[in-house]
Amino acid sequence: MATVNAEELGAPVIDINAEEVKKELLSKYPTKVARKRAKQIVVNEVAPDGAVPEIAVNVRTIPGIISQRGCTYAGCKGVVLGPTRDIVNITHGPIGCGFYSWLTRRNQTKPPGPEAHNFMTYCFSTDMQDEQIIFGGEKKLRQAIQEAYDLFHPKAIGLFATCPVGLIGDDVHAVAREMKEKLGDCNVFAFSCEGYKGVSQSAGHHIANNGIFTHVVGLDDTVKEGEFKINMLGEYNIGGDAFEIERLFDDIGVTLISTFSGNSSYEYFANSHTADLNLIMCHRSINYVAEMMETKFGIPWIKVNFIGAGATAKSLRKIAGYFENKELSALVEEVIAREMPAVEKVREEVKANCEGKRAMLFVGGSRAHHYQELFQEIGMETIAAGYEFAHRDDYEGRRVLPSIKVDADSRNIEELHVEPDPERYRPRLAPEGIERLAKAGIELSGYEGMMAEMASGSLIIDDISQFETEKLIEIYRPDIICAGIKEKYAIQKSGVPMKQLHSYDSGGPYAGFKGAINFYREIDRMVNSKVWKYLKAPWQEHPELAAKYVWE
Amino acid sequence: MKSHNAPYTSTTNACKLCKPLGACLAFRGIEGAVPFLHGSQGCATYMRRYIISHFREPMDIASSSLGEKQAVYGGGPNLKQGLKNVQTKYGARLIGVATTCLTETIGDDVPGLVKEFRREMAESNGHGDLPALVTVSTPSFSGTHMEGFHAAVKAVVEQMAEGGPPTGTVNLLPGFVSPADLRYLQEVMEDFGLPVIILPDISETLDGPAQTDYEKIPAGGTPMKDIQAMGRSRATIEFGRTLFSQETAGRFLENHFGVSWRPLGMPIGLRETDRFFQVLEELSGRPAASGHARERGRLLDAMVDGHKYVFGKKAVVYGEEDLVVGLAAFLAEIGVRPVLCASGGHSGNFAEAIAAVTAGLLPEPPLVREGMDFYDIAEEAQSLAPDLLIGHSKGYHLARKWKTPLIRVGFPIHDRFGGQRILHLGYRGAQSLLDKIVNALLEKKQQDSPVGYGYL
Repeated sequence: MATVNAEELGAPVIDINAEEVKKELLSKYPTKVARKRAKQIVVNEVAPDGAVPEIAVNVRTIPGIISQRGCTYAGCKGVVLGPTRDIVNITHGPIGCGFYSWLTRRNQTKPPGPEAHNFMTYCFSTDMQDEQIIFGGEKKLRQAIQEAYDLFHPKAIGLFATCPVGLIGDDVHAVAREMKEKLGDCNVFAFSCEGYKGVSQSAGHHIANNGIFTHVVGLDDTVKEGEFKINMLGEYNIGGDAFEIERLFDDIGVTLISTFSGNSSYEYFANSHTADLNLIMCHRSINYVAEMMETKFGIPWIKVNFIGAGATAKSLRKIAGYFENKELSALVEEVIAREMPAVEKVREEVKANCEGKRAMLFVGGSRAHHYQELFQEIGMETIAAGYEFAHRDDYEGRRVLPSIKVDADSRNIEELHVEPDPERYRPRLAPEGIERLAKAGIELSGYEGMMAEMASGSLIIDDISQFETEKLIEIYRPDIICAGIKEKYAIQKSGVPMKQLHSYDSGGPYAGFKGAINFYREIDRMVNSKVWKYLKAPWQEHPELAAKYVWE
Repeated sequence: MKSHNAPYTSTTNACKLCKPLGACLAFRGIEGAVPFLHGSQGCATYMRRYIISHFREPMDIASSSLGEKQAVYGGGPNLKQGLKNVQTKYGARLIGVATTCLTETIGDDVPGLVKEFRREMAESNGHGDLPALVTVSTPSFSGTHMEGFHAAVKAVVEQMAEGGPPTGTVNLLPGFVSPADLRYLQEVMEDFGLPVIILPDISETLDGPAQTDYEKIPAGGTPMKDIQAMGRSRATIEFGRTLFSQETAGRFLENHFGVSWRPLGMPIGLRETDRFFQVLEELSGRPAASGHARERGRLLDAMVDGHKYVFGKKAVVYGEEDLVVGLAAFLAEIGVRPVLCASGGHSGNFAEAIAAVTAGLLPEPPLVREGMDFYDIAEEAQSLAPDLLIGHSKGYHLARKWKTPLIRVGFPIHDRFGGQRILHLGYRGAQSLLDKIVNALLEKKQQDSPVGYGYL
């Protein structure tokens, strides 16, 4: 049974000149804005060695241009710490920020038993009032921590600073240290993730991951049983994706120590440094954690992608390849052979309906890349794509890392300087092992980025605005656009179906083999919906049918 | 200062949203308007996603996208650049600028900056007609989304309404009600033959039809020329009992332009709707159209028919203060005891308003709690053993825990379909609420029964 091969699906055909489209997009902007956007809108061109044009990304959004982006707090509390079930996450600030990040991302979790902690359905906030803005909010924060501790006795409490906190000078880290000491059996740590920091939620991911790495990773040295121990980094369990991936890990016999942070537990983080391999799913939100874990503990990392049946098979083989174990490889092949017939059956059926249709993806820091594979599998081409909050390496591949200039906004986000742990650093691979893997085609610490895998002539747009989205719809009339809930209804009001790839439109899972089947069916349903045909009433479509009075 | 009854310092599972969100909703109900938040871009993003999840409609909110540098040196240049971009890119005819925690904390003088912007634009003369610019102060560390909503309505009226020869029109300030409620109100006013200016009016802007071509700013909303004319209307009807003692837009119109202010409770249930219709009869000089009289009659008939199912049941009602006041009035009328009335707001007028609308109908007054969150509500309500929960989607976890039916009303509703089309107001709204309540109780009875009775 062959797996889906993207190359067999045929080279994409793009019939509209992307350079012209770019000109058109820029034409309505004032000169200064146009000059800035010109660097963020790029027509793709893949050189034989995989090099792609440079794109300006991770720069501030222009005021008044309605953007998809969120803030640092959203990336920290909402995205990275949002899926943690047994950490009490307290938002220090006025009520809005806490309320809006209250389980809105549809992260799912499975506590080990009915008595186990699960605070994900809770929303804790200090609900700052004028009084705290004027006199300081540390006292209220201390009380909030004490209350949460008295009520729930959690293992850990996370504190999240919102905009006013940094401005009035509350020292959340000092409060965390003090309360950690006072409570004794509860780890308290804080995040300076004020919304105005950084250019997007990406800064918040970084702050969150640095915090978890500093305060939690490495606290528990227990070595769990299992021959092949892995961590899954950058998987947030939207719509149950992690459950599908975990099912496959169980079936091939690898032991998942910790996921960052879908279906995670505080204890898993604490123990994660005992794994032998890190898998990176969302490169943007977490690649630096993999690097730090490699430096400090000697754990190598590989990039994987479980979005798409072909990609899932490839990633499972990559894991087996890394461990260089025949039995594991045999099990992986067995699982792939077991899963693929069902996938192929639906794929064939859906492909017949979707072949040749065109998609655009403007979402996330990885999803705009990962989902292209699923579309390819059902014969659809991606004619334009872009990220909301990614960096150059996510677009152009890690080869550009040395040439990325660090601007003032990025400098504001703390970079941790990590050294090998004197006792616990243990390189998992000897130099000859690394060489052997390279020969076998297992690339360590590598990511080619989105652009290298997209057709030349396709359009790459970073931080797309509402205005540009509308223009693209006008020009291309794509068959589907993928973005988030904020964009959904504006796009659908233009008569184009829109699939949410943040919260999955309440659907999912879309990861793994079962996820691929779900996605194929979902896209088939959407791009072949008949509803758009009825936008005009019969008397609007054929005015001659309109009734006339006899005396007219 | 402890401004509410909650027993805890922190807020766990809030029963309120933040102030600028309310302002954005209000601005969205003005024709050609784009709401604009002066602050970090996350505020606009979070509020958009939240409003959209209820209405399932586009909701654009622009932002001045302040960063660390502007947080230190002030957000003026970003505000001005943002306003210019919204004007040119969106063709906004009105930009409603609301502040956020960030800009309130650093103390940006937004009215001053906007004045400067107007002057600079007039001098440079190159950008055509400026849109109307309305500013409102909405720090989320003081008040809830409802304070933000009312503050924005007041700011619009204060900054735009003009005096002049009287018009005979009636102003209607409905507060935060659903698009379905607004369409109902328009129908009622029309049936009384009363020309009306409803501010704000989200009936079309947040519940619009499917289209082939997207309009950047949806059709609908209160026309600007109508807002300007509000100072010349003969009367202002303003809903919300907790607002009676406050400096509202309606009171402003009376003080400045002599427009007679007719504050009323939200017309939910029989008697609050009767009061509303009474004022309309008086203003129009004609009785309610027979259609409405028949709706009232059917409602009473249904109250008699449904009484055996609902009598003596206990309900916990939560949400925005004025909505809860109206619901409590209605529940008392149909024989349900509102045992706990809770709100995240704390106007200070909540208890008094509930007492006024339930007087004479309840054996004992309900517990009324301001400044509550769902943790407090859970603790307070546990011993009350309610048969019903009435409020928005955030009460779902309590309903699940207690296996109690939840009647979804108000905002936000993101675990059911059609929140924007829930009708709460008038005889018709009461009828629909009554049907929902009776059926929820019947369904519960059927579910809990060991025998599958199909005739109830």
